[in-house]
Amino acid sequence: MSETVKFTIDGKECIGKKGQYIVDAAAENGVYIPVLCHMKDVIPAGSCRVCTVKANGRNMAACTSPVEEGMSIENNTAELLDIRKAIVEMLFVEGNHFCPACEKSGNCDLQALGYKYQMMVPRFPYVFERRNIDATTPKIFLERNRCIFCKRCVRMIKDAEGRSIFAFKGRGETLEINIDHKLAANMTDEMAQLAMDICPVGAILRKEVGFNEAIGTRKYDKKVIGSDIENNHQ
Amino acid sequence: MSKPIIATTSLAGCFGCHMSILDIDDRILQLIELVEFNKSPIDDIKTFTKQCDIGIIEGGCCNSENVHVLKEFRKNCKILISLGECAIMGGLPAMRNGIPVKECLEEAYWGGPTVGLNTEKIMPNDPELPMILDKVYPCHEIVKIDYYLPGCAPRADLIWAAVVALVTGDELNIPYELVKFD
Repeated sequence: MSETVKFTIDGKECIGKKGQYIVDAAAENGVYIPVLCHMKDVIPAGSCRVCTVKANGRNMAACTSPVEEGMSIENNTAELLDIRKAIVEMLFVEGNHFCPACEKSGNCDLQALGYKYQMMVPRFPYVFERRNIDATTPKIFLERNRCIFCKRCVRMIKDAEGRSIFAFKGRGETLEINIDHKLAANMTDEMAQLAMDICPVGAILRKEVGFNEAIGTRKYDKKVIGSDIENNHQ
Repeated sequence: MSKPIIATTSLAGCFGCHMSILDIDDRILQLIELVEFNKSPIDDIKTFTKQCDIGIIEGGCCNSENVHVLKEFRKNCKILISLGECAIMGGLPAMRNGIPVKECLEEAYWGGPTVGLNTEKIMPNDPELPMILDKVYPCHEIVKIDYYLPGCAPRADLIWAAVVALVTGDELNIPYELVKFD
């Protein structure tokens, strides 16, 4: 049995396993820390920073920092909530996020965080960068306007031989998500669905199934993101 | 005390936000008790006849006329509200942002599949037409905006709650379901 560690989040006493990332340990104790790039049991990327917490007085990404014995973690403070809201706003202005025209609207994690933090307008100016769409593979659209570079698809979507179907190309301003056309040609419907589901925005979309859920019945229409984690432990 | 005065306009929008204002249904009778309307498509008053308290802006700025009207609103209204995604972030018209205007116009008037009759390659150039801007601007990038009500269109209940709170001075508590970006 693995060693347990005791720590606190906003004063609440929590128990986790040694080496467990803060975000996962928090979830097991009924505390929601927002994530866009993190996925449980996948090697973390720490790229979006929306999970920033203050651990023992220092700002850290909760998805890459393990819990330690006696660690004092701040999560829902005014300062951290504003940092997270600023990150969400930055992601909104950096890409071209036209929610009314997006098939992922209502099921989008980025949008759901905008709702959670009541983002009425981003504090930053819009960039409106031109980005191209790749619609040449049989099962999915790659909508780069919405990509937030979380790398979930790169880390998660692989073929039977373990080869990544998605990859990053370029660096800095020229960075873009790309798809291996040969590997993508053999994607199953299940794989395409998984890729669409793990994408926290609407950058990966399955073809021929868009807008098939009525407004009001989608994931975040009535339910705040993270409420399932918080409610499981009440 | 006289009633607060409201003005509204639709810039580069689809009038969906104004439809959503009408979607308050019979509360429009209460609204008329609460406020007076000045320049607005709702009463068809074309120009400001007095200083207003609240200006509600639908749509972003895609041409010189939009900028002119928005600046008029700023001059004539104490409080300006950006209503809906187009006013807040440009919305669907801003999907052309990032594409050069020349490319957009050529596609619209020369290259598009329905413009085969335009063999002389005429581009609309009447001096009466407002100049198209290099991109579609959110309203707060042109003038100061005081409040934002997101949605496409913003829910009628959100508009109602916000206007009533503003007019009565009561605190505004917005339920989760009412703030949506689509």
